[in-house]
Amino acid sequence: MTLPLGYFVLQQGHELQAAQGHAGEAFEPFLPGLVVLLPLLGFLLNGALALAASRRSAEAVRGGGELDFFQGGKRPLTHVLPTWIGPGVIGLAFVIVLVNFFRMLGADLHEPVVRTYWTWMATGSLQVDAALQLDQLSMVMMLVVTGVSFLIHIFSVGYMGDDQGYPRYFAYLNLFVFFMLTLVMGANFPVLFVGWEGVGFCSYILIGYWFSDREKADAGKKAFVVNRIGDFGFLVAMFLIFTIFGTLNFTEVFEAAPATLAYGGALVTAITLLLLLGATGKSAQIPLYVWLPDAMAGPTPVSALIHAATMVTAGVYMVARTSVLFALAPVGGLSVALIGAATALFAATIGLAQYDIKKVLAYSTISQLGYMFIGVGVGAYAAGIFHLMTHAFFKALLFLGSGAVIHAMHHALHHTHNHADPQDMRNMGGLKKYMPVTWIVMWVATLAIAGIWPFAGFFSKDEIIWYAGARAAGTYGGWFTLIWIMALAAAMITAVYMTRLMVMTFHGANRTGQEEARHLHEAPWVMTVPLMVLAVLSVFGGWVNVPHAISESFLGGFGLLPMTEWMHEWLHPVAGLATEIQAANAGDFSHHSPFGGGELLWALLSTAAALVVVLVSARVVGGFKILPAHQSREPSGFKKVLFKKYYVDEIYDGLVVQPLLKASRFAWKVIDAGVVDGIANGLGHTARAAGWFGSLFQTGSVNTYALFLAIGVLVILGVIAF
Amino acid sequence: MAEILFYVFSAVAVGSAIAMVTRSNPVASLLFMVATLASLAGLYVLFEAHFLAAVQIIVYAGAIMVLFLFVIMLLNLGHDYQRDLKGGVWAILSFIVAGAMAGILARQFGGSGASPIYERFQGAERMDALLAEKGAVGAIAHPLFTDYVVAFELVGILLLVAVVGAVALAKRKV
Amino acid sequence: MLTEALVVSAVLFVVGTFGVLVRRNAIIMFLCIELQLNAANLSFVALSRYLGMDGQIFVFFVMTVAAAEAAVGLAIIISIFRHYETVSVDNFNLLKW
Repeated sequence: MTLPLGYFVLQQGHELQAAQGHAGEAFEPFLPGLVVLLPLLGFLLNGALALAASRRSAEAVRGGGELDFFQGGKRPLTHVLPTWIGPGVIGLAFVIVLVNFFRMLGADLHEPVVRTYWTWMATGSLQVDAALQLDQLSMVMMLVVTGVSFLIHIFSVGYMGDDQGYPRYFAYLNLFVFFMLTLVMGANFPVLFVGWEGVGFCSYILIGYWFSDREKADAGKKAFVVNRIGDFGFLVAMFLIFTIFGTLNFTEVFEAAPATLAYGGALVTAITLLLLLGATGKSAQIPLYVWLPDAMAGPTPVSALIHAATMVTAGVYMVARTSVLFALAPVGGLSVALIGAATALFAATIGLAQYDIKKVLAYSTISQLGYMFIGVGVGAYAAGIFHLMTHAFFKALLFLGSGAVIHAMHHALHHTHNHADPQDMRNMGGLKKYMPVTWIVMWVATLAIAGIWPFAGFFSKDEIIWYAGARAAGTYGGWFTLIWIMALAAAMITAVYMTRLMVMTFHGANRTGQEEARHLHEAPWVMTVPLMVLAVLSVFGGWVNVPHAISESFLGGFGLLPMTEWMHEWLHPVAGLATEIQAANAGDFSHHSPFGGGELLWALLSTAAALVVVLVSARVVGGFKILPAHQSREPSGFKKVLFKKYYVDEIYDGLVVQPLLKASRFAWKVIDAGVVDGIANGLGHTARAAGWFGSLFQTGSVNTYALFLAIGVLVILGVIAF
Repeated sequence: MAEILFYVFSAVAVGSAIAMVTRSNPVASLLFMVATLASLAGLYVLFEAHFLAAVQIIVYAGAIMVLFLFVIMLLNLGHDYQRDLKGGVWAILSFIVAGAMAGILARQFGGSGASPIYERFQGAERMDALLAEKGAVGAIAHPLFTDYVVAFELVGILLLVAVVGAVALAKRKV
Repeated sequence: MLTEALVVSAVLFVVGTFGVLVRRNAIIMFLCIELQLNAANLSFVALSRYLGMDGQIFVFFVMTVAAAEAAVGLAIIISIFRHYETVSVDNFNLLKW
């Protein structure tokens, strides 16, 4: 079945490549506002259903019992309609986006098309409009967001089908898509920021979706607070940009940037570093990544959508959008790449020692986001966005697959009233027998993320590493060499931990228990079909951007693979200016390699190495004796440090959280209750004392009053006489 | 001669005043007041205010003091009188205040001659001439009925009001 | 002679003030106030000798008003006496807080 599918894709790809660059008609957007409004409509409708359901539930609780919406076998309307409204609006939005995409393909677009809807703020010199911008970059993001979220919505129908808060879930999910689309389609910084904050908020409500569990609610809080720290950087950067440029619209700012800002100057470096702070918060890089592993407390489709495919990529998108500024500030770009590389390596090592399947994937996400940062940091914007796209495919697939596994484990353990953790890999094993489809698609995703040809991850990751190495010939060359080495190391470690995940979960002997194993079964079709679609994308998705250097060789299918550097050329109108600035100032080294040899050689080497690593680690992990969780010992030594995530959370708690709490308590007890209340009460006491003192003069005795009179006369005489 | 009389009358006036203030017996206090008023009348004569001296004796010492005496008798305060002065700290305090007032006033009046009043001493001859022309009563009557006639009439009404008021206040309840 | 007269007037006034401050009997307090008035009268008369008739006119009016005031004041003291059975001002302390 895959062969005809593959051939069909190749055909379409060739056609697509040919269609590009048609100096055709101008691009006429098709209902862009509707793309953003449809998910909002979904939120409102699902929200109304959720309110109706909650009212019934509240009445039941007041009556003394709890309401189970699913008893009696008949699902109420509030729990049936969201199945259609939720994915439906996203599907419609995706169709509209597709129409726009094909229109944009046919036209030769050099300038972004901005649609202004109304004036949001107009005070003094500040003019901000509610405007959407359609250009190649936002089109790519729109496709990824609507496409992947559509698949995840369908998956959620099956995964969350038995949840009591079903309509509320879809309302939140639709709201998230609305904000994410606002973020990627915004035509100026404030609209982007609205989306930025909005997805942060939706992340909070979705992570803490099961809010009655204190830990899960705390995880949501942690995500929001850590995000906020990054938002501060973003805001200050926005203020700086407004001060310098007098406007906040993307087109105006980026046009004026090369002339207004000095290359490598302090101002532009400050702006880019502040933007980077914002990006590290949203995209979970060092130092603000700590919220993402905790965010696994949310439902698995949420983890797939928000913390793999869309929200965490907002930081990468933002850097790509402001590429001109980063090109003008080499220190800023280098910082982005350096943080990305460090995070990639750091998170990969932690992923080696985790036992919760979702935690492994969380650290994997952080690591892959580091790769995207490396991409946009070294100036390979197309490569970074390309990896964003492919990562969305295979990471969403990995998360959804793990969701299917958890779903099955949950059912099995529930049947036998076993209280073991359904997400702990030590309780799994040998699941390939029970869930074959899931097993196959997850292997597809694993090979993709490990960077093995011809899957998607190979092309995207390889290009990033190549560009990082190419910059080693220019300024800050030593740093870029270091980044290149770290990226390679992280790639190898990625292969190791992903293979470990697969072997522990699907291979070997089953550790769930005999009784439970009887209840393990494949996920229903509503969950497996999205998995299969994503698997197809993970296979063919990488073929849209085959580098020139390898397209003629075996790796490029001897020229059969279409769309050579299609993504590169597609994004050229957006990233071109930045690339020019960088080439003019830092040199163009896109064909240099750090240790000799061409791109083809290094590509072959890296994919071969990755394949070897996968096979070796499969053999090694397969040979381990793994015990179920309740029988396992705690890890010790260096493994313990990795397991405890290098104690970063504890360090943050000690360095930041506790002092803040102490300071707050001090401010409360000493300053607020002591000083401020003391002053207020003291004033009252003083007034009372003054009154008492004054009362002493009212003796009622005439002689006293006469005395005061005489003293008064004396005073007047004194004044007159002296 | 006038000087000696002046000092005699002054001494009597001040002495009687001090005596008045320090007596416990109200009637004695009142009689000493009468003595003060009489010596003041003498002082008025020395300043060529003959009419006023007469009015002082007739009205002040004769009518007002008698009224006081009547009230004291009416309230039967003449017997069984206790020590009436507030003593101790109060007296010292009052003495200090009064003394300070006296000091300032004396300094002002006895002052080093900077007061402008002392420069207008030419009036004595004019007054003598006026008195010689109109006589003692005429000298005071003339301005009273020409320049100050309004005030004169108003004072008449004031006296009427006072009489009515005193009667109303002192009446027994009916 | 003028200066001496003014000094005498001041002394009498101060004696009267002292009396007002230390006496308890309301009628005698009132008497001391009359003494203050007389001291002022002496001052007026002494000055009028040199400055004109107006001083004596003023004294005339002061005496008249003093008479009216004495009548009314004593009537008030009588009606207070009817309430308190005493004229000691220590007992008139309704203004005390």
